[in-house]
Amino acid sequence: MAEPVKLIGAVGSPFTHRAEAALRLKGVPYELVHEDLDNKSELLLRLNPLNKTVPVLLHGDRAICESLVIVQYVDEAFDGPPLLPTDPYDRATTARFWAHFMEHKCSMPFWMALWSGGERRKGFVEEARENLALLEEHLQVHGKRFLAGDAVGYPDLAGSYIPLMLDMFEELSGTSLMGDDEYPAMRRWVKEYNSDEAVKSCVTNKKQLAAYFRVKKDKYKMMVKAMLKQY
Amino acid sequence: MAEPVKLIGTFGSPFVHRAEVALRLKGVPYELILEDLTNKSELLLRHNPIHKSVPVLLHGDRPAICESLLIVEYIDEAFDGPPLLPIDPYDRAMARFWAQFIEQKCAKPFWMALWLNDGDKREVFVKEAKENMALLESRLHGKRFFAGDTVGYLDFAACGLALVLGVLAEVTGLSLVGEDEFPLLRRWADDYTSEETVKACLPPREQLVAHFSGKKDRIKLAVNAMACQM
Repeated sequence: MAEPVKLIGAVGSPFTHRAEAALRLKGVPYELVHEDLDNKSELLLRLNPLNKTVPVLLHGDRAICESLVIVQYVDEAFDGPPLLPTDPYDRATTARFWAHFMEHKCSMPFWMALWSGGERRKGFVEEARENLALLEEHLQVHGKRFLAGDAVGYPDLAGSYIPLMLDMFEELSGTSLMGDDEYPAMRRWVKEYNSDEAVKSCVTNKKQLAAYFRVKKDKYKMMVKAMLKQY
Repeated sequence: MAEPVKLIGTFGSPFVHRAEVALRLKGVPYELILEDLTNKSELLLRHNPIHKSVPVLLHGDRPAICESLLIVEYIDEAFDGPPLLPIDPYDRAMARFWAQFIEQKCAKPFWMALWLNDGDKREVFVKEAKENMALLESRLHGKRFFAGDTVGYLDFAACGLALVLGVLAEVTGLSLVGEDEFPLLRRWADDYTSEETVKACLPPREQLVAHFSGKKDRIKLAVNAMACQM
């Protein structure tokens, strides 16, 4: 009999979304355990003592932390549609390379562009747009529906914060990241991602995210302002 | 016939070392092309236009594979030979988790602890580096290497630590660990650097010491300039 799967996650966490979408895409039944990040449970702190954050996947008595490590685990531990291509070369160059890009190069400027203000924001927006241009080029050259193939996969999950947040970007930040006629392949990718059945079925969905960020907007802006003052 | 494999790297880089040791453990013949990172070649910039860094793996005429740990996973999957990552999905997840920890959390405090001039600022990083080392020490209980009895993915991911504890301690005159601290890690660093396959692709220690001694002032300048902005 299959061991129970639990996902400890939080509303408003794009990282939780990555793990949840992976489980749904793979067709793995799971229980979502809601965590209040302002009042962390003893369970979370015990299972993730290092980073003390969500998501944490519990498979039987095994705990796995870090959203992208979880996504790869879900792909390897369970049967179901593959989240990475089968060819080693495609795995390394399209799937893992672009996931790494989304996580390590693209993410920081995107979030900073969202929450920072004034002159500093201009720099972050510019950097975010340079990254979008690189993604645009990849999508156009690669010619697939998603970043590594024709189904949602690992790099799309890594970059899912973009389709999740893009609609709200202007409302939350007061600035636009892309014009209506810019980055057509990226726009198509965002639409495809958000229309995917497994993604749509995730409990941590866009409406909840939007509501969450509207409430937290000022807090995040203040945190970023304080952080940038030190630099 | 096997397609040629080339590795673009630079002397003394732990990132390049990861890729090189992976090729050797897998038994893959390769040509090493050394870059001068202060004067990057057209070859490097063409094959890694986004990150412009080493290592870069070229396998036949396929476009390049970049990022050291991605290269290691590619080598593991594309070639026959002993597995570099564990087979069990949970063990693989643990290896990836700790490799990510080393990449994201360890690199900066170790580097700053070694090169900062300001004693107070350095102390903060030394404390953080030691906390990280304690966590890694706990991963070595009952094991010779992070992977078990033979070297694997997490050992190469941590190779920078071996450099810090050995060569860089000598170059800076700063040992981040006391003689009775972290015995498992210190033993690991010795075992790792003397392991046959690893040793075959590590430059002799004197060469590494000379290389980093030569760069010492330049590194200190860059690190302390960065610290001023923090």
